[in-house]
Amino acid sequence: MAITEQDVQASEDAPSVNYLNNGYGLKSWLLTKDHKRIAVLYIISISIFFALGGLFASLVRFELMTPEGDLMSSDTYNKVFSMHGIIMVFFFLVPSIPATIGNFLVPIMVGAKDLAFPRINLLSWYVYVVAGILGTIAVVGGGVDTGWTFYTPYSSTYSNSNVILAAMAAFMAGFSSILTGLNFVVTIHTMRAPGMTWFRLPLFVWSHYATSLIMLLGTPVIAITLVLLMLERGFGFGFFDPNLGGDPVLFQHLFWFYSHPAVYIMILPSMGVMSEMVASVARKRVFGYEFVAFSSVAIAILGFLVWGHHMFVSSQSTYAGMVFSIITFLVAVPSAIKTFNWTATLYKGSIVYDTSMFYVYGYLGLFLVGGLTGLFLSSMGLDIHLHDTYFVVAHFHYIMVGGQVMGYLGGMHFWWPKITGKMFPDIWGRVSALLVFLGFNLTFFPQFILGYMGMPRRYHVYPDEFQVLNVASSLGASILALGYLVPGAYLTWSIFKGPKAPDNPWGAKGLEWETTSPPPTFNFEETPVVTEEAYQYGPIEEH
Amino acid sequence: MADHALHHDDHPHGLAHQFEDMPQQKESAVIGMWSFLITEILFFGGFFATYLIYRSYYPEAFFEGSSHLDIPLGAFNTIVLIVSSLTMAMAVHKSHEGNKRGILVYLTLTGILGLTFLVVKYFEYSAKIEYGLVPGLAWHPHGENSPQLALFYSLYFGMTGMHALHMIIGIGLLIWVFVKAAQGTYTAEYNAPVEIFGLYWHFVDIVWIFLFPLLYLLGLQAGGH
Repeated sequence: MAITEQDVQASEDAPSVNYLNNGYGLKSWLLTKDHKRIAVLYIISISIFFALGGLFASLVRFELMTPEGDLMSSDTYNKVFSMHGIIMVFFFLVPSIPATIGNFLVPIMVGAKDLAFPRINLLSWYVYVVAGILGTIAVVGGGVDTGWTFYTPYSSTYSNSNVILAAMAAFMAGFSSILTGLNFVVTIHTMRAPGMTWFRLPLFVWSHYATSLIMLLGTPVIAITLVLLMLERGFGFGFFDPNLGGDPVLFQHLFWFYSHPAVYIMILPSMGVMSEMVASVARKRVFGYEFVAFSSVAIAILGFLVWGHHMFVSSQSTYAGMVFSIITFLVAVPSAIKTFNWTATLYKGSIVYDTSMFYVYGYLGLFLVGGLTGLFLSSMGLDIHLHDTYFVVAHFHYIMVGGQVMGYLGGMHFWWPKITGKMFPDIWGRVSALLVFLGFNLTFFPQFILGYMGMPRRYHVYPDEFQVLNVASSLGASILALGYLVPGAYLTWSIFKGPKAPDNPWGAKGLEWETTSPPPTFNFEETPVVTEEAYQYGPIEEH
Repeated sequence: MADHALHHDDHPHGLAHQFEDMPQQKESAVIGMWSFLITEILFFGGFFATYLIYRSYYPEAFFEGSSHLDIPLGAFNTIVLIVSSLTMAMAVHKSHEGNKRGILVYLTLTGILGLTFLVVKYFEYSAKIEYGLVPGLAWHPHGENSPQLALFYSLYFGMTGMHALHMIIGIGLLIWVFVKAAQGTYTAEYNAPVEIFGLYWHFVDIVWIFLFPLLYLLGLQAGGH
């Protein structure tokens, strides 16, 4: 793909100084301006929140094993599912891929020494950490019971929990993602290496560009919404309180104006990961590169015009509902383009059945189900039956967990040798992908049926006939948890005991595979010059 | 870090390590500030959308509320900010020439005008507190009273308060740019911080240009004072 001074075999006599061993003290990490070290800091911090959010998820699944509410009271249950949602959405899913793998790879993939604003990048991590601490205080100090959506009047008139603190935490986490998005947009515009034209960019970069646009355009709106909410709670300004002249439905409009685009923040980055992995495992150029690139931008744009589909039953006018419904169907088109094009890339590809391939297959299957069930929910008539049931819960978990978390894990495996310079045992990688895939389906597929049968979300007491499916779901959740713990174990093991990784263990294309593993502090010995398009896999590859 | 390797002799003054040359650095700074201002537009956009919706619901209460605002003071502040935009533009112009004295003079003028705006705002707010026109905290209006009127004042304080907060941050940034300029940091080649601070300052002015008619002049429609 590009010409650098380095030979492929350079790892043997690679320079001994890389970004990991260039300074060991705590200060060298906490004051670093290196995007790769900041990515590592992010990996550690979001893992902590993933574990915390997972803990709350386990409590939910424990409680739902029996029809009676015997493990906790209704109030406690409200807090448990709210904290699960708030932590997972704002502190894990939104930063998951962009702040970690994206932070690590975007500058390397465009051939730059660093992001455009390294200090702002570090600032975004500190803002995230402070937000995380505030969020944790909100949890420890009694929790929040509004659901992750902070709907008024749960969060205003009838709130008796730490809403202001949690809203402040979400506000600051949003600010951190604005800073990340801003850095990406500027870096992709101005820092591309000589010869790296827009249509030579890896699709990972395109999807991060689209994600960054959403972060820049959407996140400020949730920020102002939470400011309005805090003004109402703190000072008695009645923006959303009918007694004070306000309208609670306005909160829903403002909230979803951000939060619907935000669900694309929680899927677009994983689509970028998939494009890279599909090309590598099939040893082919991604089919219809331009279509995949533009479908990311199309998703980002259309994503801003569909928020009303969360409010089909919130006194929205039927005509507004129809428009939102039609545009929602349209969003499925760019998502389908991606899925078809990945499949077409695999067709007649020279497929390698390694960990990456397992994650690609798993992702395709889960995203397909998640995407198609979205169409059920965008049909206005059907949505009246399915609204606020477990069908919705299952749908968005198929996208967010089946999509983004699968993409995050897959990407972590794919670029693990680059990030750490160590190889993980491939057999365990395949086992973990299988565990996640099986555990996930067993957890969430029964929830589609439960929802269709009429089990509402956010209730912890349910009729006896729902128990079998709920127990199946809880069983699946334990397998899923195992699927997350196993990679945690062997990836950590590989850091200390794993064999040293070569520069390009998968024989993949892309600038990141042409530098050393792990890369030097400024990524390349010399600024690379790009002379060909992305994914120029040769007819025969030595592997 | 390995910064020392980069500080060779031909390394231009003010060029950060991640950039290849000065034009690239300046372009990045300017695009970065524009991107940030776009987020600010969306941020204030939430307020403006809320304003528009409630104004279309309750036009009478909004006219009533607006008629209690002090148009002469608001107009004075509008002029102050427009002039401060001119002095800011002059400061940016002087920075392109690398004229240190010019930058300092015009930044000082801009800062004085910004502070004038805030002082006037302080007197306006004090008057509103005195008349009991602060929803939630001090709400006991003399004339008509309705939740819708309170909503107007909630928006008034929310929007002008958020604007004033941006002014205060702006003055803080101004002091920082001033100190850097006094140290002789900015030259004809390296002046991006002055330029992007100028963009921010103009943006905050423009927000006020929208707030003034929406909040103050609206009352004229109802028959004035």
